[in-house]
Amino acid sequence: MIKAITILPGLDKGGERERFDQLNLKAGETVSIVGPTGSGKTAFISDIELLAQGDTSTRRRILINGELPGDEIRYNPASKPIAMITQNTKCFTDLSTEEFLQLHARARKIEDGRIITDTIDLANKFTGEKIRKETRVTVLSGGQTRSLLIADAILIGAAPVIMLDEIENAGIFKQEVVEIIKSTSKIIIFVTHDPVIALLTKKRIIMENGAVIKVLTQNEFETRAAKNLLELDKRVGIIREKLRAGQEITSEILQASLA
Amino acid sequence: MKLLVIAGPPSAGKTALTKQIVKRFKDELRIAFLKIDVVKAYEDVELSKEFQIMTRKIYSGDLCPDHAGVMVLGDAVEWAESNSADLFIVESAGLCLRCSPYLNQGLGVVVLSSISGIHAPEKMGAMVSLADIVMVTKIDLVSQAEREVLIQKIREVHPHVTLMETNALQGTSLQRLYGLISNSEDIDIAHLSLKGNPPIGTCTICVGKKEVGWKHHFGVVKKLDGQIADYMYRGE
Repeated sequence: MIKAITILPGLDKGGERERFDQLNLKAGETVSIVGPTGSGKTAFISDIELLAQGDTSTRRRILINGELPGDEIRYNPASKPIAMITQNTKCFTDLSTEEFLQLHARARKIEDGRIITDTIDLANKFTGEKIRKETRVTVLSGGQTRSLLIADAILIGAAPVIMLDEIENAGIFKQEVVEIIKSTSKIIIFVTHDPVIALLTKKRIIMENGAVIKVLTQNEFETRAAKNLLELDKRVGIIREKLRAGQEITSEILQASLA
Repeated sequence: MKLLVIAGPPSAGKTALTKQIVKRFKDELRIAFLKIDVVKAYEDVELSKEFQIMTRKIYSGDLCPDHAGVMVLGDAVEWAESNSADLFIVESAGLCLRCSPYLNQGLGVVVLSSISGIHAPEKMGAMVSLADIVMVTKIDLVSQAEREVLIQKIREVHPHVTLMETNALQGTSLQRLYGLISNSEDIDIAHLSLKGNPPIGTCTICVGKKEVGWKHHFGVVKKLDGQIADYMYRGE
């Protein structure tokens, strides 16, 4: 069981060593990675996903529970303790949704057949357009693919560490995703440009030029700000869904949602 | 001399992987490189320019590329050996998927791109099932779940293969492969042989007769209907 992940410093884009000794992420902790485009956010989480040992472009090293990860968890997908949702919103695998999930469940050595329906049901909570089990994964929309992969990471990947790269981008219901994921004892890492997600996490890692330059912990004021922002975000969400459903925005709707 | 045979379909990332291997070992091992291709190849020029290693290439042209490989490899091993190479890397063309270029010694590596399609591992037959190592490349282009699904498919074809994922352009996560190469044993040139079984090639078509129909031909050939010999591989 993973209790903590330790990140040991690597090099920034200019080849300078990062200025921290080690970064510890503990079970139950939510973390966001923020910083401008190209600052190295995705590289940071892929280091964790690959359990890098100085063999990626950043030269970072990752420890699990303070120790070097063994070959079994580094190389066997069935025992990989990390599930990552990348920014990819396209699947190349020519299989139906059901077959895709079955194969992944087999890779993760899950016997219970109900997990397929459960995963599709969960995915459908995140997306406006429903996914059916017969739908081929190659024709799913960007939002559907994201939703399916998040549900898959939670239920089939079922990993103690989940990383999500810019979930806000795919037109999915991020509130639902954040709520479901937060209610676990996992380490959850968000790469994000979204202020709501950034403020909702306990820890904020700030990146620049390929390096971690600062780590902040959520303070009390920020927790309150996050609540307000969350309310606002929900209201914006209501208007967005009405627009998507083809409705016109009337003064009543506006008042109701911005009240 | 260590031997590394790298196979895989075109554009899977064989050369990108080869470059990482050469970059890693060029200061400690004397490397020789052979490219076997059918029509056109540039890898020999690229590699000798970039890393100043010994390179050769051979086009199979009208000849079956695996046939060409088997015939040429004997000479090529001698060429590498006589130039005191410590590591001989053979990069093979995509080939027809009937055979595999791996030998009974050294390491056989198949390179498969993670966007190559879910049925590719099954369709590639011996190129996957007789490999010692499968390298899944271009992992930055697909989701983790999809990579795991492809890996599961590969394992179903070849349960005990050593399987690794990499972004070969960046050279991500290759330490395990480097370790396997470092620890691989030197080859015994007198006893090199193909790992897989070659195809049957004793019919009149193989020797160049062009006429159509049974009366012009003999040898082990397939009929439109009806039985073919039991000992023949029929594909799945």
